[in-house]
Amino acid sequence: MSKEPVAVVGIGQTKHVAARRDVSIAGLVREAARRALDDAELDWADIDAVVIGKAPDFFEGVMMPELYLADALGAVGKPMLRVHTAGSVGGSTALVAANLVAARVHGTVLTLAFEKQSESNAMWGLSLPIPFQQPLLAGAGGFFAPHVRAYMRRSGAPDTVGSLVAYKNRRNALKNPYAHLHEHDITLEKVQASPMLWDPIRYSETCPSSDGACAMVLTDRAGAARSPRPPAWMHGGAMRSEPTLFAGKDAVSPQAGKDCAADVYRQAGIADPRREIDAVEMYVPFSWYEPMWLENLGFADEGEGWKLTESGVTELDGDLPVDMSGGVLSTNPIGASGMIRFAEAALQVRGQAGEHQVEGARRVLGHAYGGGSQFFAMWLVGSEPPAS
Amino acid sequence: MQPLRDVAVVAFAHTGHLRTADELSEVEMLMPVLHEVLDRTGLKTADIDFTCSGSCDYLAGRAFSFTLALDGVGAWPPISESHVEMDGAWALYEAWTKILTGDADTALVYSYGKSSPGSVRDVLTRQLDPYYVAPLWPDSVALAALQAQALIDTGATDEPALAAVAARSRNSETNTAAQQDYVVRPLRTGDCPPVGDGAAAVVLAAGDRARDLCARPAWIRGIDHRIEAHGLGVRDLTDSPSARLAAEKAGAFERPVDTAELHAPFSSQEVVLRKALRLDDDVRINPSGGALAANPVMAAGLIRIGEAAARIHRGESDRALAHATSGPCLQQNLVAVLEGDPR
Repeated sequence: MSKEPVAVVGIGQTKHVAARRDVSIAGLVREAARRALDDAELDWADIDAVVIGKAPDFFEGVMMPELYLADALGAVGKPMLRVHTAGSVGGSTALVAANLVAARVHGTVLTLAFEKQSESNAMWGLSLPIPFQQPLLAGAGGFFAPHVRAYMRRSGAPDTVGSLVAYKNRRNALKNPYAHLHEHDITLEKVQASPMLWDPIRYSETCPSSDGACAMVLTDRAGAARSPRPPAWMHGGAMRSEPTLFAGKDAVSPQAGKDCAADVYRQAGIADPRREIDAVEMYVPFSWYEPMWLENLGFADEGEGWKLTESGVTELDGDLPVDMSGGVLSTNPIGASGMIRFAEAALQVRGQAGEHQVEGARRVLGHAYGGGSQFFAMWLVGSEPPAS
Repeated sequence: MQPLRDVAVVAFAHTGHLRTADELSEVEMLMPVLHEVLDRTGLKTADIDFTCSGSCDYLAGRAFSFTLALDGVGAWPPISESHVEMDGAWALYEAWTKILTGDADTALVYSYGKSSPGSVRDVLTRQLDPYYVAPLWPDSVALAALQAQALIDTGATDEPALAAVAARSRNSETNTAAQQDYVVRPLRTGDCPPVGDGAAAVVLAAGDRARDLCARPAWIRGIDHRIEAHGLGVRDLTDSPSARLAAEKAGAFERPVDTAELHAPFSSQEVVLRKALRLDDDVRINPSGGALAANPVMAAGLIRIGEAAARIHRGESDRALAHATSGPCLQQNLVAVLEGDPR
């Protein structure tokens, strides 16, 4: 008994923007799904099942919206699953869909994640007061800023590293036609002069609030053989979770993130991620999370991640490009952000990332996290089928 | 199609029916159930390869409500874990596929819901098409009443027959049920589910591991789920093609079952499901009382699978069908076929 290899043969995204007032939620998801089908040169009838993910339903004000979206996604008469694992959900959704193929339950699966944040207000959607429970206050930045400060203190990183990440990612976004923010006049000085929101995180070092959807068509070996374009092959995938708060939790470099990466590397036969992985699409909602995750994912020793960022290693033309698409810092439809990381990783190994393509990318990591740095989902995709 | 591996339900636990769990948080409601289901197998959290849960933020009234439940699981060291914003029956489905891949041999599946803090009839209207239907706030009982009336109009049932379903589910007298007040015509109090809180958990295991953990595992011979269109106007509410297709794919029609646990929150929906699932009078329907006796939203479907499995564990059934539903008027349906080893 062995798992069926899983291939990505279709990828579709919407142009991410602050508000898609021209389409309904159904219209938004259908646009991404249709583009993924077109990329795979397939039609609705070729899809065996639909796996959809999004972050909290309060973000649109629709409870379990997959019920309403069944028609728009061609799911009528088919199995439809709805995943929700906080910010990591886009990644988790792709992994749940991949398992359906790996388990040989289905041959070809459409997976999609979305958020239409303009329908509601994400910050207050996250901040509903609950009796007898600690409030999250206003949004996610306030929760994460102290962890960033702890990292700076622990690593001795200079104050400027965060702005370097933001400047890089916003420039990368200019090469990605689907990215939300296209700041043509961006300069490092502008990033560093932007208002302080949650010390030490400045306005230009935070993610935007976006409307957007991302879809992928996942299939088995037979489906990959019929693919009109090169498939991306899944070499490893894993999820890990740990509680939000507990004595001894390392909020800077959570154990669940380390374990998740180790599981993916084991499956993919990666011994030295820094040398063997060509690029990373990393979930960086606040600039400083790039150096933090570089360490958590094993690309740098503890306390050393910021040196990779500072020396330009993570630039688009660097030795280990990170967030070639512009990342979450340039596009954040929350529920879709994890799947965009997974899809952008697949685009790279398919050689279809256009202007933000990393030349010769053969193995690329897609990464997502959520909750209070407690839910992790990752996959490693390659240009060649997995060995076993 | 024959699944890659044999997977079984090896343990089940659930809360008693709670009208309100005001004094308990979701975690406090869930904890005893998790302990009980693990105790039945002798497993500890660290022995579980994969954990999957189902719950709904709209019942909890807060975003990411499932994150707190992780405290009840004891997710340290970190665990391989996932969550569906669906009834726990679909969490079980995800866990089943995970075990099929060979990445896990055991799985803990749980779900919970507290309907009591809000008006669940109103809350469920938020599931409807947000642009054209939800603004009208058609509540879940009103929609089920439309379905029941359509069913009566076809001659498939009548009010006395519905009263008999209600009475059987609650061990009461048909005459009493038939004289209760209407909630929404033609549905009387007894035709509608009670509002309540609850939690449930099952343990899944593969092959020999299942035999080690349970004297008579309830093998999942097939499991499948299907969804229908959302718009009520484009559906035939007197039929359930999605339940029938799921049952067919799960192999339910290959041989008769002796027991069926149906997730029919309204008496009229049992009539629809019996027809769609081709269950004749020889089949014991809802020996647990079904959703008409206790309906903790998000857990009630998983409880059907658990109750069916528990009857196989106890030797009271050899082949059982378990069903779960979601959405207005049975929009989405899951069917599992469970079997015990021959005695």
